[in-house]
Amino acid sequence: IMSGPPSPSPTRWFKALRTRLGEPCLKTYPLECVDLLRRARIAFQAGRTLKESFRLAQLEAVVRMLEEHECDFVDALGRDLHKPRFETVVFELIMVKNEALHAISNLKKWMEPQSVEKNLSTSLDECLVINEPLGVVFIMGTWCSPVQMCLVPLVGAIAANCALIGPSEYTVHTAELLHRLIPFYMDNECFHVILAGISDLPEIVELKFDHVFFTNREDGSRIAVAAARTLTPVTLILGGKNPCYVDQHCDITTTVQRIAWARFHNAGQSIMAPSYILCHTDVKARLAQALKCCLMQFYGPDPRESRSFGRMVNLEIFNRTRELLWRSGKVVVGGQVTEGEKYIPTVLVEVAESDPIMQQEVFGPVLPILTVNDVDEAIAFINKQEKPLCVYAYSTNNKIISRLMSETSSGSFCSNDCIFQSLMVALPFGGVACGMGSFHGRYSFDTFSHRKACLLRGTRFECVTYLRYPPYEDRNLSLMTWACTLSQKSQGWCQIM
Amino acid sequence: MSREQQAVARARKAFETGRSRPLEYRIIQLKNLQRLFIERQKEISDAVKKDLNKSEVGTQLYETLGLEGEISLAIRKLREWAAPRPVEKNLLTLSDTVYIQPEPLGVVLIIGAWNYPWAVTVQPLIGAIAAGNAAVVKPSEVCVHTAKVMEDLLPLYIDKELYPVVTGGVPETQELLRQRFDHIFYTGNSTVGKVIMEAAAKNLTPLTLELGGKSPCYIDKNCDISIACRRITWGKYTNCGQTCIAPDYILCDPSIQDRVIEEVKKSIKDFYTEKPKTCPDYGRIINQRHFKRIMALVGDSAVAAGGDGDESDCFIAPTVLRDVKPDAKVMQEEIFGPLLPILPVSGLDEAIKFINKREKPLVLYVFSADEKVINRMRDETSSGGFLANDCLVHFSVSSLPFGGVGNSGMGCYHGKFSFDQLSHLRGCLIKKLKMEGVNNMRYPPHTPKKLGCARFFILKTFDLGWVGRMLLLALMAVVAAFVLQVRETQAKSKKMLLFLFVCLFVSFHVFS
Repeated sequence: IMSGPPSPSPTRWFKALRTRLGEPCLKTYPLECVDLLRRARIAFQAGRTLKESFRLAQLEAVVRMLEEHECDFVDALGRDLHKPRFETVVFELIMVKNEALHAISNLKKWMEPQSVEKNLSTSLDECLVINEPLGVVFIMGTWCSPVQMCLVPLVGAIAANCALIGPSEYTVHTAELLHRLIPFYMDNECFHVILAGISDLPEIVELKFDHVFFTNREDGSRIAVAAARTLTPVTLILGGKNPCYVDQHCDITTTVQRIAWARFHNAGQSIMAPSYILCHTDVKARLAQALKCCLMQFYGPDPRESRSFGRMVNLEIFNRTRELLWRSGKVVVGGQVTEGEKYIPTVLVEVAESDPIMQQEVFGPVLPILTVNDVDEAIAFINKQEKPLCVYAYSTNNKIISRLMSETSSGSFCSNDCIFQSLMVALPFGGVACGMGSFHGRYSFDTFSHRKACLLRGTRFECVTYLRYPPYEDRNLSLMTWACTLSQKSQGWCQIM
Repeated sequence: MSREQQAVARARKAFETGRSRPLEYRIIQLKNLQRLFIERQKEISDAVKKDLNKSEVGTQLYETLGLEGEISLAIRKLREWAAPRPVEKNLLTLSDTVYIQPEPLGVVLIIGAWNYPWAVTVQPLIGAIAAGNAAVVKPSEVCVHTAKVMEDLLPLYIDKELYPVVTGGVPETQELLRQRFDHIFYTGNSTVGKVIMEAAAKNLTPLTLELGGKSPCYIDKNCDISIACRRITWGKYTNCGQTCIAPDYILCDPSIQDRVIEEVKKSIKDFYTEKPKTCPDYGRIINQRHFKRIMALVGDSAVAAGGDGDESDCFIAPTVLRDVKPDAKVMQEEIFGPLLPILPVSGLDEAIKFINKREKPLVLYVFSADEKVINRMRDETSSGGFLANDCLVHFSVSSLPFGGVGNSGMGCYHGKFSFDQLSHLRGCLIKKLKMEGVNNMRYPPHTPKKLGCARFFILKTFDLGWVGRMLLLALMAVVAAFVLQVRETQAKSKKMLLFLFVCLFVSFHVFS
């Protein structure tokens, strides 16, 4: 599997991949990964990560790192994605801090063994579920929210695991910043940052980790197949086409504000943003007009000048989005594309279902609007596609919201707003069909732990236990069956074992 | 279209009609399944006897009794499990409704095993039905008679479109794996487990794997050896050792090895008489391939008891091997047969090191009267489950998650865990289009003032419980002051104070 030692020639050290501004990217080679994995495993087996004080110290270190280097993060994300300061601070840094603080205040509770309901035969024993760490885990980030997608799972992994983190190769400056900072703040043996390209990831996964956490919009199945070869459990948070239904009974101004914010922040590069709108025919014209006004309000007459508008991460994504844009529907707002700065301004398009833009995920500030005649058509349309990561619905009518929620399936659901459900630490965030597993808050901790069932019995009461031993007699069986029915009336399954 | 493709397509179509979603429907299906076990006990036991030579009592005890319990539990608790689960809100969502809604996944594939054919194939089915899914059941082809009985009986009791039974061997399983499922549930060995996981990975299908491994059993010097050995003997030789959670090998101090062997021999005689071959309660190996495999494992280890076998009957006597070395043949793979190797180790430390050098097992057993030994073993090793002073019974506690970790599997089930494993827990946030003023801080153009607001609202952790307690305290203090002012009498005011004190105490506990 492993290639030979890296040659020193420049073409191998500096891949063809370049950043948005044309700078070359560094990378960590597979041999080095083997070594880092070995060190992490030794540290884990020595039991370093088990103490509560160690875990709390690491979590506090993450918080400190984000606070002390806020400017550096803002700068790095600015260079990678032209992310405005507000978005970096709120969606990347504050979100991770929130998770870390939530973990710090709840860690003791999460670490405690839970007693479970006992049945008749185990009423004198101890039945516990213990949360055990898995070992060494591998967390791969994505480029659309680079810090958030690397560090939020890390907060969960600090539930006594060691971790190797692989930030996305596309957001070079952020990756290098994390590579530089994490060794300063976190334990050097337990946590490592590697810079790996997406094509190397399956190779690295086959080195055998105890859990793999992968956030990227495609290629999920290659990683899953690589993990299957070593029976490694995976959590995959992928994207999807998130539908957004706008009813004719809703407050258009507020609706449009919320949708526009969700779609166009980070220049549309977000897995949770609404991918397309399904609106009632009556509302279409008003919606388009309202969106125009709203965008004017947010980004001014020329979004290129606005400091609040981001950029695409690199040329490849830019070209792909532009292709989809030009071959679909009709432009209603925006539509200008400037290659020099890899920037596509806000665009709205009137689209048909078969257009290219509806066939793939769009990672750019393009919002297609499709019209439907009623809720039934909308629900049928949504159910025809793959199950998305999120389903959004805007309406003042509660019945319509309930219908949309119960008759569709998605990773999560939010009514009258977008993206918010993923900011909540108490809700699990993950997909169904477009990914597997979930995280955020307690769910991150559970993803990276093994719930070990423990039953601690005594050696007394052998006089009751003997009923189960051979030679099997009908008399004994009747006694046990009777006891079962007795216990079924009050509790769960019982066997006088 | 092949037979498998048709079954899956029909199941999906049936699921999409939505008839498996209402709770009443699911409960009816579960009740029908319950009836199957009550009415057809004879046919089930006959088939199991032909496959594994299990007595009728044995079948009931180990297979169907447990299933009946799980079905009753599911019927009783379904409403509670399927209800929306509210979660704690933050400051920004105080006026919204936030909850987790369990939803069915769709079409689930359940691949069963042959050692406890009913228990291991139907228990995930119970979870699938309870969660509102459609399920394609593929019983193991190795237990021929039971597979036939399942294929005949299940469609008579439960919806045959939603829950088809597909029988067949490797090619049929491969054809099934080419179809698209929403979850795959496999019980079996790790080699096939990897193949199944790879097939599932291509479609990004989540899966639950219940695999096996070598489950160690440590006997401490300080314990009641005769009871320990009885329980181990029962755990090991039930179903002729063909149990995924059977104690695979024993680790004990050399000084007690002879005593252990003696006690195990005694228990074997008590359970299965002097001639296990003629005892109706002693099982058989499932087929000749496994018979040959297990007999070969004895290798050159010293036999302390048993050791004989009869290929024509697939009978292997209950066997104990002594002074086994770590590199012996019998220690290289999961035995899954009636051979019990004893490895001498010099103490708890060596035992823990030995266990940790190997793959994580499905279960770990410890026999000791000393709580410290048990706790050390539990904390310093990792395994799917952990059981002290007994064997197998953690399987019957439906509030404990049953599953493996590492090479012994992923995911867990039993009781509510089956329901959760086969459902999608969907996060739901229901907001209103009002209070837009608060939202303004997140819209561009971004200003430092808006950033300050955002910082406050998101980071400020608001412990509503604490606020509630403080408010109540304040209220109590006010009432106390008022009461004391109004009531002048000494004696009465003392009683009032006491009463208020008790109220405060109680409400503190209620709020914390």
